Amino acid sequence: MPSPRYWREIPSRYRLEAAACRGCKRVIYPKRQVCPQCGGVEFEATRLAHRGRVVTSTVVHVAPTDLQMEAPYAMAVVETEEGVRLMVQVADCDPSEVLPGMEVTLEFRLIRKEDHGGILCYGHKAVPVE
Amino acid sequence: MRDVAIISTGMTPFGELWQSGLRDLFVQAAREALMAVGSPSVDAIYVGNMSGGQFVGQEHLGPLMADHLGLAGVPATRVESACASGGVALRCGFLDVAAGASDLVLVAGVEKMNDGADVTNVLASAADQETEVYHGITFPGLYAMIARAHMARYGTTEEDLAAVSVKNHRHGARNPKAQFRSEVTAEQVMTSSMVAEPLRLLHCSPVSDGAAVVLLCPLERAREFTDAPIRIRSSGLATAPMALADRADPTFLDAVSLAAGRAYKSGGVTPSDIQVAEVHDCFSIAELCVLEALCFTERGSAGELTRAGETALGGRIPINTSGGLKSKGHPVGATGVAQAIEIVEQLRGEAGERQVPDATIGLAQNMGGSGASSVVHIFERV
Ligand SMILES: [Zn+2]
Repeated sequence: MPSPRYWREIPSRYRLEAAACRGCKRVIYPKRQVCPQCGGVEFEATRLAHRGRVVTSTVVHVAPTDLQMEAPYAMAVVETEEGVRLMVQVADCDPSEVLPGMEVTLEFRLIRKEDHGGILCYGHKAVPVE
Repeated sequence: MRDVAIISTGMTPFGELWQSGLRDLFVQAAREALMAVGSPSVDAIYVGNMSGGQFVGQEHLGPLMADHLGLAGVPATRVESACASGGVALRCGFLDVAAGASDLVLVAGVEKMNDGADVTNVLASAADQETEVYHGITFPGLYAMIARAHMARYGTTEEDLAAVSVKNHRHGARNPKAQFRSEVTAEQVMTSSMVAEPLRLLHCSPVSDGAAVVLLCPLERAREFTDAPIRIRSSGLATAPMALADRADPTFLDAVSLAAGRAYKSGGVTPSDIQVAEVHDCFSIAELCVLEALCFTERGSAGELTRAGETALGGRIPINTSGGLKSKGHPVGATGVAQAIEIVEQLRGEAGERQVPDATIGLAQNMGGSGASSVVHIFERV
């Protein structure tokens, strides 16, 4: 994967930057050019609160090549306080404890090392709230 | 719009076909379909294929397949909608004939998955690369999340999921072209190795090679070729948000519901008119969600329906008499066309041990990704 793709995606991945639609107020993450709810094209940049709740989850046992050393690991769809949903890995816990309804925070982490170029890929992972 | 009929079919067995390449599979199925009706001249070809480029490094399948069929010169188009590629190719052929642009159209679906490619990564390319795959989710993982949400919301159980696999293997054991012609028990399903919780190996469709072909023509010309034409009564296609996180209800397949609504409406039929159906059971949970989106049962009740035997041969609405993707196999681009072939055989009364008595109206539902695209066709005996 070419590296320009990584820096292009940095604002959403590194800073959880989202876009609030001026038309319908829906918060969209990552930002888009067209609001999927109202078709609006004007947005205000906003940052997501680093807190949310698990909507649904799984524990991946058969992992993609890049992540085989980490399996089994938990993945979840997390809904933030703004009503935005993100697909994230859930770290720092027993994967089997990650179930719908769990409260999590979103923390900046290394996501993967890409195979050929060895590029370090960062982003956010969820961590259960104590 | 003209009425459109399927006049002939051809299909390779599904499985690990190490002796056959992508083009071999296509040509074998296409020749079978053509020769069965005296090899008429073809006006157009549509080839459904998810990922020849990633599986075997081959793109540009339209001219390749036309050429290898001895038909260089004929218009040929490759159609892609992930695992719904075959069903969408069928829709393209249907619209071509219905519009009056072509008379005899060859619709193919083909996939060569066993050729050394990293299948997990290739299939994941049907999900959102930036917001889903980057973070480590797999394709089975997405359906596992749908399953867990369905369990949390409706009380669906692992036994319900297992019942889908048991039923589809029982059907597939009667299908000579199925990849797995063996029955499995609920216990075997529920103790098979874990793939993505709660989905285990025997909840997942296999990695398969295969091709399936149907020939279409205007219904008014169909009897020039066959005594048993099957009319394509209607076709519906729809999309939904690409990423699972962007769907309001992860347990409900909006694209399936929309596509089915369009097919029911333009075909003038209701769900209760359907006597046999092939649905996209890439994972056991998918069959349950699809039955609900097709309105064959109330939301949340598909597990109960399955456990009661209502979707098995002999039940109220037999589902996946072919064995489904689970047992018949799932060469992704071929699946949508193979589903249509099973319904054609059912409506012609040629399904042998799998026959649903007196079936006259059937449905096929094919789906791409974790449900971001779906296509539904309704067929009838004429
Ligand atoms: Zn808006």
